[in-house]
Amino acid sequence: MPIQRRRFITALGTGAVAGLAGCAQLGGSENDDAPGVAGETLTLTTTTSTDDTGLLDELNAPFEEMYGVTVDTVAQGTGAALQTARDGDSDVVMVHARSLEDEFMRDGIGVNRRDLMFNDFVIVGPESDPAGIEGMSSATEAFATIAESESTFVSRGDNSGTHTKELIIWEEAGVDPAGDWYRETGQGMGQVLNIANEQSGYTLSDRGTYLSQRSEIDLTILVQGPIEDGPEILANPYGVIAVNPAVHDNVNYDLAMAYIGYITSPEGQEIIDSYEANGEQLFFPRALSEDPDFQQYVPEGWSSDSAEN
Amino acid sequence: MTPGLASLALLAEFPFESVYVRSIIFVSLYVSIIAVVLSTLVSVPIALVVGFTDIPGKRFIKSVINTGMGFPSVVVGLLVLFAVSNQGPLGPLELVFTKEAMIMSQFVLATPAITAVSLAAVTSVEENVRDAARSLGGTRLDVALVVIKEARYGIATAILAGFGRAISEVGSVLIVGGNIAGSEGVSKTRTLTTAIQLEARQGRYETAMVLGGVLVAIVLLVNAIVVRLGDDKVMG
Repeated sequence: MPIQRRRFITALGTGAVAGLAGCAQLGGSENDDAPGVAGETLTLTTTTSTDDTGLLDELNAPFEEMYGVTVDTVAQGTGAALQTARDGDSDVVMVHARSLEDEFMRDGIGVNRRDLMFNDFVIVGPESDPAGIEGMSSATEAFATIAESESTFVSRGDNSGTHTKELIIWEEAGVDPAGDWYRETGQGMGQVLNIANEQSGYTLSDRGTYLSQRSEIDLTILVQGPIEDGPEILANPYGVIAVNPAVHDNVNYDLAMAYIGYITSPEGQEIIDSYEANGEQLFFPRALSEDPDFQQYVPEGWSSDSAEN
Repeated sequence: MTPGLASLALLAEFPFESVYVRSIIFVSLYVSIIAVVLSTLVSVPIALVVGFTDIPGKRFIKSVINTGMGFPSVVVGLLVLFAVSNQGPLGPLELVFTKEAMIMSQFVLATPAITAVSLAAVTSVEENVRDAARSLGGTRLDVALVVIKEARYGIATAILAGFGRAISEVGSVLIVGGNIAGSEGVSKTRTLTTAIQLEARQGRYETAMVLGGVLVAIVLLVNAIVVRLGDDKVMG
């Protein structure tokens, strides 16, 4: 038995050494043809919706191949993704809450923002629709009705892009959501859809996550977003922003810009355009236009005339 | 159907064939085993020292160890994140979202568990065994080795307890590791526990159940090995 144990320890040691050697090789495998960034790692912090839908796997694979790099995707929710970047722990962020993105840029942490893509939010709930909001053309009216009837509403409650949007709608509806019927979960979108499904509650979801999960749950869309002619307040634009290397000198700025260049290129936009789940398009590309919207590069409403900020 | 979805469908059907599941198992074992080995190297000497010497503040040390056993893993994760973040003291090492950071947090979690159980095992070795070793002219090292030999079953249990805590822990590895898997589905810092959490979040309960089964199987298997080792030693 002692001999076997020794063998086991030897095997363990050999394994560890081999593992480390493997890392070293990976790190150093720059051949002359490869671009200068080969072997580097890009850390992308993003929202659960881009990752849970599987879009990023599709989008990142060609980029990794093209540059010989690895993209580490950390799915956190918009608030946490931006905070991680503020701490200098990520190189690029892909998020969907314009107000938080603007703050991120105004604070000097984020640079070179680009509009990336959009989809929309939908209000989903049980087919029985106890509050009777089906087909309403106003999201705020629907929310007010849910609050009035005190029907179960499951909130993300996690400072994510979706949560930010939800709070904006409550505010516009003039309702302060509180009480037994309003449940803050602090979970990702997929989990919140599951909880709403289990509790026959309403929730606000991005269309992408809802569609990719629709086959697993019984919730149905009761109020459509702007893609299906719903109210504009339910629009859900995604932006991509590099972390300012002047603030965090450790970030991989070159690779972050290469990544932004790639996902906003015709090739990257085409992948977004053709990505489907359950036969439906989840995201609509928005980076390319013959008539660019200059507001995508700066905090919303910024102009050089009002440059006191 | 896109390749991504196709591979997911395949995953549900042939979970053990998939690179995704295999790489997750590898990451889980890699992180937990290294963390437990390092913890053991630290814990056993501490247990011997605390167990056999009358150093001042022994009670206090014991209570610190026992408190450490119940330390919430998410708090450990948070502290390790602060340490390895680019803003933290270990920032220049760029450890955030790596296996090394996960090993650090699991080390912190496993060490008190291994120390406490080892300490109990070591102190339960009868006084006369130690006296005999000493009276036979053994050096301090010899006595320590004799005690380790006598307490081996208890120490093995301690290591097992540490391993169990490390591999089934989800809070800290999620925070410091980031639950990262590459676009080809190869796990970088995704462990069995964080993968189960992710799969459950996405409503893919089948995959979550498969991963849960693997996790339970690993814990049972390690348990069986330790029991077997113990039996063999007793018989030999």
